[in-house]
Amino acid sequence: MHAPDGFLNVGTALATGALSAGTIGAALRQSGQTLRDKQIPLAGLAAAFIFAAQMFNFPVAAGTTGHLIGGALAAVLLGPTVGALVVTVVVIVQALAFADGGLTALGYNILNMAIVPAFGGYAVFRLFRRLLPRSAGGVVGAMGLAGLISVVLSAAAFSIEWLFGATAPVPFDTVFGAMVAVHSLIGIGEGVISALVIGAVLAVRPDLVVGASDLDRTQLADRRPAKIRVFAIAALLVTLFVAAVVSQFAAEAPDGLERVALDTGISGAGDSPLSSGPFADYATAGIDNERLSLAIAGVAGSLVTLAVGFGLFAAARGARRGDRSVA
Amino acid sequence: MGAGHAHALYVHEHSAIHNMAPEVKLVATFLFVIAVAVTPRQAIWAFAVYASLLALITLVSRVKPGFLVVRLAAVVPFVLFALLIPFVAGGETVEVLGLTVSREGLWGAWNVLAKATLGAGASILLAATTEISEMLRGMSILKVPPALTAIAMFMVRYLVLVSGELARMRTAMTARGYDPRWLWQAKPLAASAGALFIRSYERGERVHAAMVARGFTGEMPDLGGRRGSRSDWIRAAGLVAVAVTVASFALVFS
Repeated sequence: MHAPDGFLNVGTALATGALSAGTIGAALRQSGQTLRDKQIPLAGLAAAFIFAAQMFNFPVAAGTTGHLIGGALAAVLLGPTVGALVVTVVVIVQALAFADGGLTALGYNILNMAIVPAFGGYAVFRLFRRLLPRSAGGVVGAMGLAGLISVVLSAAAFSIEWLFGATAPVPFDTVFGAMVAVHSLIGIGEGVISALVIGAVLAVRPDLVVGASDLDRTQLADRRPAKIRVFAIAALLVTLFVAAVVSQFAAEAPDGLERVALDTGISGAGDSPLSSGPFADYATAGIDNERLSLAIAGVAGSLVTLAVGFGLFAAARGARRGDRSVA
Repeated sequence: MGAGHAHALYVHEHSAIHNMAPEVKLVATFLFVIAVAVTPRQAIWAFAVYASLLALITLVSRVKPGFLVVRLAAVVPFVLFALLIPFVAGGETVEVLGLTVSREGLWGAWNVLAKATLGAGASILLAATTEISEMLRGMSILKVPPALTAIAMFMVRYLVLVSGELARMRTAMTARGYDPRWLWQAKPLAASAGALFIRSYERGERVHAAMVARGFTGEMPDLGGRRGSRSDWIRAAGLVAVAVTVASFALVFS
């Protein structure tokens, strides 16, 4: 996600730069007094933690690994404003000292990796906190969903920036479909790991979790695994919703591409009268690369659904087993 | 493990570039990458000039060219994306090596490749010749909000410690036979990350208490250090002037 220089055009770099600088300025003013007093060392250590967590590989499937992005996790741990500031610092230092992400790309990199996941993720977290029970289990579930959706939001934000600042004529639909599909997969890992981390912190120092500061002691003690089933159902619904949106775009994308193909006269028999449903378009996959990318998007979308279902089933089963062994 | 690896890209050397004041290098690098970013992609000669500027600075800074090339691998994922562009982009097509690709897409790929490589090259040279603490001092001289530089300073100071702690936890778990291969086996790992957050936070509390005991009032003191001299600024301005002139020429004549 650390986009290099020249990835989006200069206007978009400037616009996102102004937006990021404005948001960070507002966040600094809002948290000014607390930051001056106690929180500067704390925020610095939290930033070191996020940085370390980003370098740390978690298993994903069959020995492959992925790493945490951490925007939503930082927001729930520290509150959205301090969380966004902390991840912004991480992104800036990565660009300056590790050459990770371009300097002219800082505007959109900060927007996509710090501001959108922290504020967007926290908004989603608050939303699911209302829907889920007021307990530690509810906080963990809301964190998982917020982690998942924050990554998807980040991918969507990048796609929208591409709409305005594309440096190559790749249609918005293709970029959006591919980005959101791939990042729904990444988001599952992000959600699960963020939820587990929050669960571990809640178990020891619940007072450190800003997103759970409204809970009292008995509510925090409530960690019944029944909540995991609620979480599983909610995660499944969210993922199906995301998959539905993605497949919508994936199904629409050939229209734009076919139009281009027709305009340039390279498509003779590309359009069949059967191309009414999404499967008609998928069936022609492999004819050219546009179709291939769409097929990949479609497969990724199905994988998302499967992996979430399977993973959560295994997690719920594991949690119940763990509970019995304790009892 | 050991200490001192917080700054992965720094190359210890004594060169004219290393000795330049950090704020001067920051301004020069930013202006250089902006000049690169605004250059129209058709002006291939301009990118050649930028590349030779970077080569010149690499030579003067005594950073090994091999180091620069290896570190440029960080942009590889985006290079792969760039290589896909000609195939997924629309518009007029051309034949290249027997493949039908989009002409616009080829230009788009060239644009991303050239600008990403030059931008990353400039960032790597900056990081290779400037220690993080110096870089942050430069940022505060350039009036970056003190809260941001202060957070960054603490982050950099404790990064080695915190990531070392994480690595030791992982080693300890591996030594006891924990070798997760699937996402749902990650719970102990995530729990150790949670423990690490608590340790980091509590360390932050202790650091703050220690600072208050030594008279911390919420403002980081100015630790001094060399400010950019006139000759620093003049030399940097010379390099930037070349890049800006090239960019202006490219903008006007293409």
